[in-house]
Amino acid sequence: MAEEVIKLTRKKGGTLKDKVMEILPEGGNLNLCLTCGACSSGCPATGLHDMDPRKFLRMAALGMDEEIKNSPWIWCCSMCQRCIYVCPMKIDIPQLVFNARKMVPREERPKGILGSCDMALRSDTCSAMGATEEDFQFVVEDVLAEYQEAQPSFKDMQAPVNKQGAEFFLNQNSREPVTEPDEMVPLWKILHLVGADWTYGTKGWAAENYCMFMADDDAWKHITEVKAKAVDDLGCKVWLNTE
Amino acid sequence: MNSDWNKELGVKFTVQDPCQLVRKSFGDPVADDLRYVVKAVVGEENFIDMTPNKSNNFCCGGGGGFLQSGLPEERREYGRIKLNQILATGATYAITPCHNCHAQVHDLAEHYEAPYHTVHLWTLIALSLGILGPNEREYLGDDLKEVNMAEWESEY
Ligand code: SF4
Ligand code: SF4
Repeated sequence: MAEEVIKLTRKKGGTLKDKVMEILPEGGNLNLCLTCGACSSGCPATGLHDMDPRKFLRMAALGMDEEIKNSPWIWCCSMCQRCIYVCPMKIDIPQLVFNARKMVPREERPKGILGSCDMALRSDTCSAMGATEEDFQFVVEDVLAEYQEAQPSFKDMQAPVNKQGAEFFLNQNSREPVTEPDEMVPLWKILHLVGADWTYGTKGWAAENYCMFMADDDAWKHITEVKAKAVDDLGCKVWLNTE
Repeated sequence: MNSDWNKELGVKFTVQDPCQLVRKSFGDPVADDLRYVVKAVVGEENFIDMTPNKSNNFCCGGGGGFLQSGLPEERREYGRIKLNQILATGATYAITPCHNCHAQVHDLAEHYEAPYHTVHLWTLIALSLGILGPNEREYLGDDLKEVNMAEWESEY
């Protein structure tokens, strides 16, 4: 039974694949596919929305940018890079997926990612859950005081905020201070026992960066710069992100 | 830090290699370091590796924004490979050293009603050190709710 004939919509030049090849070293090897299928056989997203990485790459090679842009599959690839790892030609398929996300108009990208990115852009905390500088500092100090009291062997434990010149600047995912603050404590205890000189910052404390997943280059660059500046302003040497 | 607390109990653990930490950043050496720590904490005989693992590990499906992309059915279908990998080890705990992995691997267990718990690495390090209090055991199962409890004065 014959399937419907695929009509190629390719315009001259400037396809998704051409653009991605310009930004990747060696063009991301996007023209070197052997169609061996190693990528697809080891990709957990294979089969979702009738797509797999090899097929995706073939479609890009054929200039089927419209079909690619409209496939929800571009939001099902987790950017895990396993396909690159197993590919004999080391072809960078996730970079292609990332740039396909950029072709979708910003307001039409997934609401959850969009909302988290926009929330993070609203303040210097970079929190996707909208927790403020004051909220964060209050929760940390409140939880610390409870533990200092309840656990005698940790009465001297600290969870510094904005400690100038500390060696380590520690980021914190918003989920803990907002919904399960006790989960922050085991790491504090370990840092205390090993005598680490660390600090949180009221600015740039949130570890998550959804703007990157959204493929909004300006926004994720902004978020990263705000956080890096927070680390520099406190004069910390090492930036720790537990994401 | 040692694994004495688990000598008699014999609770079994496996570990998820986070793509971001292992394959995408530091490769197999950091995966080896991770196993060194895990084995020190739970006991060598109580650690069971998934297959494949380290740089060749499968992603759990929590990365790349998948958790917030509004595609939960697809995300859980994607995660079935990870679920089956964990179940094949027979371990009752999956250690997830990444925040995203924790959220996804935990959700997979809830959704598929799988018999394993999902824990952060720091929780287990603190447990083995005997400094984990009663309120830091949200993700531990009933079997470990009381084990190696920290010295603790007041309930609040
Ligand atoms: S593994 Fe590489 S060479 Fe093989 S089909 Fe996939 S992209 Fe092509
Ligand atoms: S990066 Fe995307 S396409 Fe490649 S293996 Fe991972 S999920 Fe599949």
